[in-house]
This record gives sequence, C-alpha cells and structure tokens, in this order.
Amino acid sequence: MTANPTVGTIRRAAEPISRGPEWTFDLIRRYDDAIGECAREFGLDTYPNQIEVITSEQMLDAYASTGLPITYPHWTHGKEFIRNEALYRKGYQGLAYEIVINSDPCIAYLMEENTITMQALVIAHASYGHNSFFKGNYLFRQWTYADAILDYLVFARSFVMKCEERYGIPAVEEILDSCHALSPHGVDKYKRPGAKSLKDEVRRQSEREESARQLFNDLWRTLPRKESKEAEEATRPVFPAEPEENVLYFVEKYSPKLEPWQKEIVRIVRKISQYFYPQSQTKVMNEGWACFWHYTLTNRLYDKGLVDDSFMLEFLQSHTNVISQRGFDQPGYGGLNPYALGFAMFTDLKRICEAPTDEDRQWFPEIAGGDWRQVLDFAMRNFKDESFIAQYLSPKLIRDFRLFAVADHEDEPELVVDAIHDEAGYQRVRTLLSRQYSRDFTVPDIQVANYERDGDRSLTLRHQMPRGQPLREDEAEETLKHLGRLWGFTVRLESVSDDGEVQSTLECPS
Amino acid sequence: MNHLIDRRLGGGNKSAVNRERFLRRYKEQIRRSVKGIASERSITDIDKGGNVNIPARDIREPVFRHGPGGDREVVNSGNREFIAGDTIPRPQGGGEGGGRGSEGGEGEGVDDFVFSLSREEFLDLFFEDMELPDLVRNFLGDIPERKWVRAGYRREGSPNNLAVVRTLKQSLGRRIALSAAIRDELEAARAELEEAERRSVSIMQVSMLRERVETLEKKLQRVPFLDDLDLRYRNRVAVPAPVARAVMFCLMDVSASMDERKKDLAKRFFTLLYLFLTRKYEQVNLVFIRHTDNAEECDEQAFFHDPRTGGTVVCSALELMHEIVEERYNDSSWNIYAAQASDGDAFGSDPAKSVRFLREFLLPLTRFFAYVEIPDENDGRTSTLWAAYEELPAIAQNFAMRRVAGHAEIYPVFRDLFSKETA
Repeated sequence: MTANPTVGTIRRAAEPISRGPEWTFDLIRRYDDAIGECAREFGLDTYPNQIEVITSEQMLDAYASTGLPITYPHWTHGKEFIRNEALYRKGYQGLAYEIVINSDPCIAYLMEENTITMQALVIAHASYGHNSFFKGNYLFRQWTYADAILDYLVFARSFVMKCEERYGIPAVEEILDSCHALSPHGVDKYKRPGAKSLKDEVRRQSEREESARQLFNDLWRTLPRKESKEAEEATRPVFPAEPEENVLYFVEKYSPKLEPWQKEIVRIVRKISQYFYPQSQTKVMNEGWACFWHYTLTNRLYDKGLVDDSFMLEFLQSHTNVISQRGFDQPGYGGLNPYALGFAMFTDLKRICEAPTDEDRQWFPEIAGGDWRQVLDFAMRNFKDESFIAQYLSPKLIRDFRLFAVADHEDEPELVVDAIHDEAGYQRVRTLLSRQYSRDFTVPDIQVANYERDGDRSLTLRHQMPRGQPLREDEAEETLKHLGRLWGFTVRLESVSDDGEVQSTLECPS
Repeated sequence: MNHLIDRRLGGGNKSAVNRERFLRRYKEQIRRSVKGIASERSITDIDKGGNVNIPARDIREPVFRHGPGGDREVVNSGNREFIAGDTIPRPQGGGEGGGRGSEGGEGEGVDDFVFSLSREEFLDLFFEDMELPDLVRNFLGDIPERKWVRAGYRREGSPNNLAVVRTLKQSLGRRIALSAAIRDELEAARAELEEAERRSVSIMQVSMLRERVETLEKKLQRVPFLDDLDLRYRNRVAVPAPVARAVMFCLMDVSASMDERKKDLAKRFFTLLYLFLTRKYEQVNLVFIRHTDNAEECDEQAFFHDPRTGGTVVCSALELMHEIVEERYNDSSWNIYAAQASDGDAFGSDPAKSVRFLREFLLPLTRFFAYVEIPDENDGRTSTLWAAYEELPAIAQNFAMRRVAGHAEIYPVFRDLFSKETA
C-alpha cells in the first residue's frame, strides 16, 4: 500500500481530514480538494466536477432513466422504476453509491446514505477516475459532446412532451416503442464524411471530366449494346449503394411514411443511443480505470496521513467487494465482472512497468519496465474493451482469473473445453475473450441492404449470421414489426450465412 | 472549478409520470390481475392493495438478439479441473453457450413481472368507472351546503363585524407614526422656549417661540384618535361544505328460509357497498336492521350470525328504517343509502304495503335504494316481493333491483347497479 515513489515527495499531514462516519458538505469539499490535488500529482486530466448529493429516491429516478438526469417520459422508464423500487424496498438490491454522467462539467451523484469514507471513494472513483476517462478515451472524444448532452436532453424531453400534447400520448409512445426496439441498431460506428463544399464538388467534377477525356477511346463505341430487359434489371443501381448499418439513421432519412415530428423522435432516440455507444464499448476499461484511480488516490491520501486506519479499512472492504470475481461454479456468478477484470488489468499494467518478469518482457517488450503513468495513459486513450484485452491481457492475469474457454458448436454432441490458462491456451483465451467484448457478440450484425425506392418501397435488412448463429426468432419477428411500423411498407429480414447464402427470411408485410 | 450541490430537496419523484405511464399501458393486464385478486380475497379485507402479476412476455421490449444455435466460444473464470479437450455434457434447455449460468439468465426471463399496487391504486382499479348515482351532480357539482369561515380582516364591512381590537391597533400605529415628528419638534421647541425664558432674551423672540409651541400642540391635537383608515372588519367567506357523511342501512330478512349461503351472499353485497361508500364519504355510518315478522335494529354480529325464526313482514323493516331516519338522520347533511337483501318471500298484503311505503316515504329520503334478491339455488321463479317491486324502477330513479345467485355474480351485479348508465 505505497504510492508511487516517482511522484514527488510526500509530506505527511498532522491530522486526518475526518474521523468517524458522518459526512458534511464541508468535509466533502475538503476531501474533494485533497483528492483533486492527488489527481493532479498523477497528472489526471479531467473536466471540472459538479458533485451533487441526492436521496435514494432520486437515485431510483436516475436508475429509471438509464442514468441520465433528464429524459422524456415513457412507460419503460416506469417499468424500470417499479422494478428497482420493489427490489430496493424489499432489500434484495442495494443502490449504486454513485452515478456519473459524461458531461462537461462532469456530474456525479452521491447518495446521501453513504458514509464519508464512501463519499470520498466515490469522488475519487467518479469525479476523477471516470471523469478523466470520459475526457481522454478516443471513443468518447469521437462520439459524445460532453458540453452539449444536457442541453440536448432538455430539448429532447420538451420536444417529446410537445408532441404528446399535439398528437396524443399513444401516437408518441408507438414511435418511441419502435425506436427503442431498434435503438441498438441506431449507432454509427464510424464517422460519416462531412458534406462537401461547393468548391470541392466543382473541382472533383472537373477532375473526373479530365480523366474521362484522357481515357477516351472511340473503339468502345463500336461494341454492340445489350438491350435486354434482364441486363437493365441487373445494372439498376441498388439503393443504398453501400449497406447501411445504422438502421434508425436510414429510417430517419428515407422513411417514406414518417412525418417530420416522427423523424425527429427517431433522431432523438438515435442520438441517445449513440451517446451510450462509447460506454457500452468501454465497460471494462472505464470501470477498471475508475477503480484503479480510486484505489491509487485513496492510498495516496493515506500515505499523506489525510485519512486514518478506520477509513482505510472501510474503504478496502468496499473496494474488495466491488472488484471480487466469482468462479463459474460459485453461486451468484454472472460472467466476468468488468470492475474486477478492468482493475486487474490496469494494476497488472502498472506491475509490468514496475516489476516485469521474463514472461512480461517476452509478451510486452514495448512496455515492460516503462513509465507506468505514460503506459496507462496511452492505454486509456486509445483502446476500447475489445482491443484493450487483445492488446494487454497478460498470461499472469489469465492464470489469476483461471480463465477457460468452452466451445459450443452446433454439430458437436457435447461442449468442448477449447483452451485454458496454460502455455498453449494464453493466446487463444485472450483472442476469444477479446471477441466476447466486441459489439457483434451482443448486438447482431444487421444492416439495411436494399430499399426498393422505385418499386414497392419495401425495405430489406441483411443479418450476417456469425458462424451460423441465428436470431432469436420470436423476438426478431416482433422487432421487425416495430421496424415495419416506422417504415410503413413491407420490411424483410434476410439471414445470411458466412458463405453469403440466404438462410432464412422474415417478412412483415405493410 | 468544482461545484458541490445539495440536490436532496429539489424535486424527487421524477418517475411518478413514468410509473403512471406504465400503469396506463398495462391497464388491461393489471385490471385482470386485480379482478383475480378480488375474486379470491374475502371482501372484508379487499382494501389492502395487492401484488399484480404481468406476464413477462407482455412487457418484454423486443430487440434483435442472438438465439441458440451456431458455433461460439465463451470464456469464463474459475477453472479448476478442466484441461483443453475435455467435454462437458450440453446443459438442458437449448445449447446456449458454455457458461453455466453465465447466459442462463440472459434471454429467457420467464419470470412474471410482479409489483405491488398501493391500496389506493388497487381500489381505484377495483372500482374503476363506477360512480355512485347522482353523485357527480350532487356531491361534486352544485353543493347545497355552504359554511362561513373566518378569513382575515378587511377594510369594509358591516358594523356588526367591526373588529375593535384590530381597529384600535391600527389607530394606535397610525397615531404614533403621524405624531412622532411633531412630538420631536414640539419637544425641541419647548426646550428652546424654556432656555429662552431662563436667559430672558427679547420678548419678541419668546412670544415667537411660545406661538410656535402652541401651533405644534394644536397640530398634535389634530391627529385624530380614530380615522376611517383604521377601521377593520372581520372577513368571512362562504366555502362549500361537501356533504361528506353517509348512512347506510342494511336491511335483511333473517327468517328461516334465509340460510347461511344466502346470508353470505348478502354480506358480500353489503360489504362491497360499504367499501364503496367509504371511498366517497369521509364518514359512513352503518345501521343494521333485521326482520322476521317484526324488525329490530342490531349489531353486525347479530345481523349476520344470530339465527332467528319466524315469518316475514318486509314492511316492518322499512318502517323501522323510516323511524331511525326521522330520529337520527333527519338532516340534509346525511346521504342515505339502503340495501335490502331478501329471498323474496312475502305474504298477503305485505308486498303491496311495502311498495307503497317505499314510494311514499323512503325513496324520497334516500339517495339510493338497492334491492338484492337471493333466490334458492336453481330457482328461476320470481318471488312475490320481486313482482311487487318491479314497478318501482320505472317511477323512481334511485331504486334498483337485481337477482344474485352466486358469489361470482355479486361483482357484476354491483357494477351493474352502480354503473354510470343507470345513474
């Protein structure tokens, strides 16, 4: 439990900031100042913080709106609220100590029930850990506009409520239901090219003409032309020219039936879905990073003598709870705990920098023995879960977690253990685990393949089946109906296997 | 720059609107659930709220997701004995993943969505779209009763409402305010005069000073003791006083032909009516009148459980009810409801007398009179009392009659009796 010796010398304070479990606003402010100073010593770059103390009731409200401070009214939020409230009131489920919102300033909600130790932990975790991740990670930088999100949510809420007034609650609810069903497919994974300026367009046009002139060959004219209908059919351009994976975007832009206000609602759901996209892709990293920093910063406070032993004991108890990982055969196992895996990985990176073993030198020659703060900072900025694990999961961690992969192949009568934590399996386990965090593992790859613009206006989606995995059929049908409602004409879903053959087709007639 | 904000006081309960949306959307399912509960539960503890079940299938929000089948690998933690190449029997229920439990809870989710309704929500659904007859008009609309309540003071009013103490307070305040400056000046002038007299300055100056003192004294006297401005009157405003009291008469034939089954049915009907009235009125009194060949008032226990033998004279009960109304509830603030349960046996001139008595004395007094006939099982005949009462609904809006043969029929009949249409 020592802070990094490379970070300055430590002056010990005479008195800890507080004793006992009670918190006051003054104490929270002092802890925040102290933690902020530690964070600066480690060079954490953060948005300004806005720390808000809320009640458990308000926390339940926040749960219901998927952690956003403001959302439009919808029954699904009510459902979440009722579910969480019942679980909480009966004591089946505790509430989170904190919720943090990716905005500028970074808003962190602290529960009033927390002890001062928990408040300090949560400030370190959310206001410095998550906050710096939000500010630094490339996915967040690319996809979320931290300074605009709150304003957008306010706009979204008032827009939806205005629509409810004008068009009635049921009409708005229908659209929202359908959009929610498709919201996983309302996400851009790559930036769209910006609109071209007129100057660029003119230049491109003239370049094209010039090249056509240079390549002109009169011989082509002499070739006989095919005039058959089939040929014409075959050459008729498919729209969209390239498959579009953002289904909601396509609906918003091209739906033949939707009214402008309905398109705006589609856009709202799409934007909110996009806002959550980086979070879903960086769960392990984000939580790991925050846990690493609440651990490091709190230990730094201890080294400075700003917190006492009882504070540390309570802190360590919560900390170990958060980062515990159960085995697959233990009760309460729910897969890999992102907090545990993320914390272990960042801690392990630090270890590889500070005390590399031969194995580490062999696996991570470029970082073994390096400056841990630079290495961690680089890792935090430039990866998402999938690539982070593929890049940095060390054999030591695979052993520590006793990771093993089980293959479930349709043609095999039994499940087969594919790889375990041994010399032969490290690489394989790492690859498989990384794949498990790719978006395709949870969200099926479904793209808009064709829109019969000049025909019956039907829309065809193509589902690329990864290694023969079908969709859950009953749900797919219902979801397709939702798409049909938004589209207004026939919609079709083709499942295509790896070899490009259409395996099955679902259709929802208009 | 970091900010610390205390949000605790600022609007909680943001989810109320969402909860309401949820209830609205699943009203059908919830209503069905409530009906189920209502039929199982004894009516006496019906007003307790309850847990509502909604099948998970109904509230699922579908998305495209991977189904079972195809090839996949899943990584889990905590390996102890496996080595690469080991085989594990496929878990039952579809070859979903290799994770024991890791994916088990994921998609299936067959558990019903259970949540509890508060007592109010439960009863609201239980009673939904039932209204007491004439209630809206009389109870919420034009309210005949008004009462005067004190509401501060005002400047105008009739002399009998003059608030003397308040008025004098005003006057005192005004006098102090108006005279303070003059008093100060007067004091200064007096002191000056004294000074001048002592130092024997010129007569001219002294008389000028004296004059000034006199003017000031006069000025002070001119401040009136009581001004129109001071008057304050007690203000009274009339506020509508809702008629929030009801009395419910339970009349039952307890002659030998009324067996336990019939009494039980009757009890359920009375209870339901009572419950409904307690929802609408702050205070509901109950009066139990049982009758054989003569009527008596009794308590609830005796009413339902004390066996009696004897003939049947319906009119006696009606007369007793009338007496009690005259005696205790002869006041427009009481809403009078009556529910009569009988197997319909009546003899001789009794039915005709009862009808006349009802029409002439009771129906004008009561807000609503319900007659429930509980025939013998499998008895399709209408009784003599039924035949006599049959003319009443046509002439009296506030009279309703129904036959109830079994438990399951109570609720529909009750609804029917009090549905908006019959109002």
